[in-house]
Amino acid sequence: MSSLLRGEEMCLAQLFLQSGSAYDCISELGELGLVEFRDLNPNVNAFQRKHVNEIKKCEEMERILGYLLREIKKAHISLPERDMNPVAPSPKHIMTIMEQLQKLEVELGEVTRNKEKLQKNLLELTEYTHMLRITRNFVQRTTEQEPLQVHYEEFPFLEKDTRMDYSSMQRLGAKLGFISGLIQRAKIEAFERMLWRVCKGYTILSSAEVDEYLEDPDTGEPTKSVVFLISYWGDQIGQKVKKICDCYHCHLYPYPSSNDERNDVVEGLRTRIQDLHTVLHRTEDYLRQVLIKASESVYTWVVQVKKMKAIYYILNLCSFDVTNKCLISEVWCPVNDIPRLRRALEDGSRKSGATVPSFVNRIPTTDTPPTLMRTNKFTSGFQNIVDAYGVGSYREVNPAPFTIITFPFLFAVMFGDLGHGVIMSLFAFWMVRYENNRKLKNTRNEIWNTFFEGRYIILMMGLFSVYTGLIYNDCFSKSLNIFGSGWSVKAMFKAGLWTNDVLRANHFLTLDPNVTGVFKGPYPFGIDPIWNLASNRLTFLNSYKMKMSVILGIIHMSFGVILSTYNHRHFRKNYNLYLVFLPELLFLLCLFGYLVFMIFYKWLVFTAKDSRHAPSILIHFINMFLMQGEAVQPLYPGQTGLQVFLVVIAVLSVPVLLLGKPVYLYWLQNGGRNRLGMYRGYERVRRNSDEELCLLRSEDMEEGSSHSDLTSSGEHLSEEFNFADEFLHQAIHTIEYCLGCVSNTASYLRLWALSLAHAQLSEVLWAMVMRVGLRMDTTLGVIFLVPVFSLFAVLTVSILLVMEGLSAFLHALRLHWVEFQNKFYSGTGVKFCPFSFSLMPSSFEHDGLL
Amino acid sequence: MPSLLFCGPKMAACGMVISIWGVIMLAMLGIFFSAKSAVLIEDVPFTEEDIRNDKNPPQNIYALYNQVGINCFIAAGVYVAVGAVSLCQVRLNKRQEYMVT
Repeated sequence: MSSLLRGEEMCLAQLFLQSGSAYDCISELGELGLVEFRDLNPNVNAFQRKHVNEIKKCEEMERILGYLLREIKKAHISLPERDMNPVAPSPKHIMTIMEQLQKLEVELGEVTRNKEKLQKNLLELTEYTHMLRITRNFVQRTTEQEPLQVHYEEFPFLEKDTRMDYSSMQRLGAKLGFISGLIQRAKIEAFERMLWRVCKGYTILSSAEVDEYLEDPDTGEPTKSVVFLISYWGDQIGQKVKKICDCYHCHLYPYPSSNDERNDVVEGLRTRIQDLHTVLHRTEDYLRQVLIKASESVYTWVVQVKKMKAIYYILNLCSFDVTNKCLISEVWCPVNDIPRLRRALEDGSRKSGATVPSFVNRIPTTDTPPTLMRTNKFTSGFQNIVDAYGVGSYREVNPAPFTIITFPFLFAVMFGDLGHGVIMSLFAFWMVRYENNRKLKNTRNEIWNTFFEGRYIILMMGLFSVYTGLIYNDCFSKSLNIFGSGWSVKAMFKAGLWTNDVLRANHFLTLDPNVTGVFKGPYPFGIDPIWNLASNRLTFLNSYKMKMSVILGIIHMSFGVILSTYNHRHFRKNYNLYLVFLPELLFLLCLFGYLVFMIFYKWLVFTAKDSRHAPSILIHFINMFLMQGEAVQPLYPGQTGLQVFLVVIAVLSVPVLLLGKPVYLYWLQNGGRNRLGMYRGYERVRRNSDEELCLLRSEDMEEGSSHSDLTSSGEHLSEEFNFADEFLHQAIHTIEYCLGCVSNTASYLRLWALSLAHAQLSEVLWAMVMRVGLRMDTTLGVIFLVPVFSLFAVLTVSILLVMEGLSAFLHALRLHWVEFQNKFYSGTGVKFCPFSFSLMPSSFEHDGLL
Repeated sequence: MPSLLFCGPKMAACGMVISIWGVIMLAMLGIFFSAKSAVLIEDVPFTEEDIRNDKNPPQNIYALYNQVGINCFIAAGVYVAVGAVSLCQVRLNKRQEYMVT
């Protein structure tokens, strides 16, 4: 029987796949997600497996696809809708896809390279234009300044010549040379200094900054450049200057010797730049078109390559049989899904056109199967939080169906506020209503994904919080008076106890419920709203909440102990029922169950009239252990005797728990061996081919007795029963349980602590924020109240809902994981991970490329 | 006409949520103050003199209750306006998103 209570029954099956149809059968299985494959070649290196070449091809295709996706993303092209789910391509189609991808890669590479070259050319031409334009200003400046210059004795002939004339320079025997170019602005100072030091004044440097930003070809960032013009005398100086320019990575351009030449060059450059712009534009358009065309099918290719790679990976896990004609693989499969598995294999065989069909065969095994719990969208959240602590062992009781109710309830006990519960429920309703909205489902934000996955949990928590909010009568820290309070102040005046003088003389007055008419009866549902106005509110609520926490804790823990009976009965260990379950339950109930009984007794039996001499339960409880019954007034006749009886039973159950199971197993082992052997033999004959026997034996042998090696042939039945090991295990369990009972009961007091914290925080928020806004004078009051309310809303959501909510969630979770589950849950299982394409994320999605 | 859009989609959604919450909660607070609920006594700005110098008690306190109640209703009205503005922003944001993609 498979249900959420226990998990599916699993079996190990062997698949016999014909070589021709193996690929298609595995593709079918991947689409369905039924089975988990086992690795039959664990000793083989990844590079020695059979299909390593195909996997290499797939990875090569993935590399090209990654390059494509990056280019598409760089060009800001959006990918089309991604709803389709293409099947894995057959090996024939793989070649076509590979060719297409390679062609695309080559084309893209070429176009990108061309574009870069063109851009570099454009940059050079632009720089040359700038240089020519700016050096023209140098020349004009020097020619303009000529008339103003003072006589230089060294070069008197310069006054006469208004133009740079090579011939006159040459007559002097010195050759005037020019070097012009561009350099980055950051380097111009150092450049100038270096020139001065090296050439010792035989060079003149003029420089001016280029106004616009030019793109640096290496880094692609816009940088500022400076145009410089160096005039020098002599060849050797020229060589040095050229070397220095090389060092500083200057872009050098030929300097025109005359104005006409300069103008010609400028014209030529302008046309060339225009041409280049056009060509560049066309290239970019073409590139974009190529990318758009690729983007239409890139998603399909990604999915197909992913599926292909997965199938080859699984094929690597299989092994060949002796005839080398068919592949064998071992899978874990739920027993109920074997017919579907058969159908899938038939479909696969039919698709590949094989004559001999592939088939499946169940085989017995002693390995523990993985655990599968079938969940729907509602239960999966709760199953996840149970699995976070530990996946259940195979076929043990699953705490998840109980967690669906107890977890939101314990959360709500700690959160208990009507207003906050309503807001939380509305938030969860919104998430549930729009759960199919793709934008909500597919965001990358981790925190949002966590909240979205748990939307049903949050919904339950919110609804339960509304309920406990009504019980605690707490709505944004104010109580609601729905039914009319059970306390009457007027009655105190009527009885003459309070007068105006009494009112004036005292700051605090106590309503006495013993006076007639003051207490008219309990409030029908929840805490009376008058307690919101009382100054001793916390004294009353603390006592109430602490007792409530202890009661809830004992009930929760007893429930956990009772659940262990399901496990004992299922694994056919009925002796556990008498030797483990019964002592545990007796210990818990005799001591702490009696405490709960005393709490209820005091609540029911003692009224307001007896309040002056109502006994303290804690004192009675302590006296029970100290066996001092005479010190205080008994609660009921026969209390001493009953308490002694309960303590004796509890104390006696400890050695039973400690020694019972090891001694019984030892006796079974030694005393009853003959009987046992015959019994086992009889069973063996009767159920020869049934896997149940193997599983039964394996389960019997796992629990408790540690068996060193039970070979899979399983013929020799002499079980290695280690008494010391078993005794130690049971001793640890006993100590843990008995001490745990005390500490876990106290641990449940966090239910009280957190609900107190929440109530106090809520009250402080109201008093410090909302009250300030409400108590203002009318003139300012309205304008002030609007932002004050916004602040109140934001603080409520951030502190009370998010922070307190997370805190209560965590503590409720801890109570489940530790206090509840350690009574019955072992959680040492392995989760069933079926081979399914939908469960495999694509690495591109992880990089954010898809 | 210059764009009337001045906040992004998330800000506009926050504005909507706070406005709706504000309208509901302040309206209910206004009703409870007008009903002179005892639980809200601490939020009413009364002083010792109000109680002592009251000609016919408890009319002073009741008048203060009504005042605070009216304050709450007016604030609720302001939040209706804020809600309307937020709704406009949400619609404009949707339209802009629709036009771009």
